[in-house]
Amino acid sequence: MKFTIQINEGPYQHQASDTAYQFTKAALEKGHEIFRVFFYHDGVNNATRLTSPPQDDRNVVNRWSALAEKHNLDLVVCVAAAQRRGIADADEAKRNGKDADNLAPGFRISGLGQLIEGGIQADRLVVFGD
Amino acid sequence: MSDTKKFLYVNRKAPYGTVYALESLEVVLIGAAFEQDVQLLFMDDGVFQIAKGQDTGEAEMKNFSPTYSALGDYEVTKMYVDKQSLEERGLTLDDLIHLTYEDEDDDYAEKDSIRLVSREEIAALMEEQDVILSF
Amino acid sequence: MLHTVNKSPFTNNSLDSCLDCVGNGAAVLLIEDGVYGALKGSKVADKVKAAMGKVTIYALSADVKARGVADKMIDGIKMVDYAGFVELAAENDKVHSWL
Repeated sequence: MKFTIQINEGPYQHQASDTAYQFTKAALEKGHEIFRVFFYHDGVNNATRLTSPPQDDRNVVNRWSALAEKHNLDLVVCVAAAQRRGIADADEAKRNGKDADNLAPGFRISGLGQLIEGGIQADRLVVFGD
Repeated sequence: MSDTKKFLYVNRKAPYGTVYALESLEVVLIGAAFEQDVQLLFMDDGVFQIAKGQDTGEAEMKNFSPTYSALGDYEVTKMYVDKQSLEERGLTLDDLIHLTYEDEDDDYAEKDSIRLVSREEIAALMEEQDVILSF
Repeated sequence: MLHTVNKSPFTNNSLDSCLDCVGNGAAVLLIEDGVYGALKGSKVADKVKAAMGKVTIYALSADVKARGVADKMIDGIKMVDYAGFVELAAENDKVHSWL
């Protein structure tokens, strides 16, 4: 079965990203397909490679990057939400005249249409938020 | 069209205090281009999103409430409002923005987009969807 | 269909609204702070028990254990792990998250 996952909250502040990660991992282990993981609202903050959590805590961002690499996941960050919150890849940073970018490996920035497409193409959309 | 699905957007949060209402409206607008069968549900504090008379000048925030009136032009014409949520908040239909659309199957007659529903009807409404988005 | 609730019923009305809007035979999964809705003897326990006549209520075991409330669950609430959550999402035709 094909799943699209929507994540509305950033790391650490809320459990949403943790639950979504555990759900995604369990779905992959059961042989399901993850069509897309879409990061919206403060969920775009899951995509900054500049987080440095304490050593004895989980690294939410790296965990997503690693899962994406292992399973070739499509991790999509909403461009409009990302611009509001200062999440940018090199192209976005350049386009908006910023002096730095911060997108973590395995994520890509794209439009809201990717969420709608996720709803159309997948068998199930599961939303994690606050 | 082969890929038409029934999409329900569930709005249960008030505007301004958090960004969910505004950003969920942005999804509705983008989603309209995908020609799906779209419905909006306003319940709990979500009913405040379509309250009349919003004026954000002094708060210096963007007043996005006029956008709801434009949804009819995007063929988003089915807006369900939970009766109980209105009553709990001391509101009536008259306290909401008058949302309408032009019915192209009825000589472009102007019709009301808002339908008041009970919680039982909401249960049935949810059951008939393919995709339910919440923010 | 599957409904998920992730809010404590003592600070938020999500569980209340959810239980008002579930059809017969639906599944309700309590996750994150939503698992507090499954507490025995709480002020919402009667409403939860009444709902169990028409829907099946589950709680995510990881969240129940994390919060130290495993021995305080209303009888009849089913524990599922993350794999069980995935199974519920797959076997129900859609999922609504009461955020």
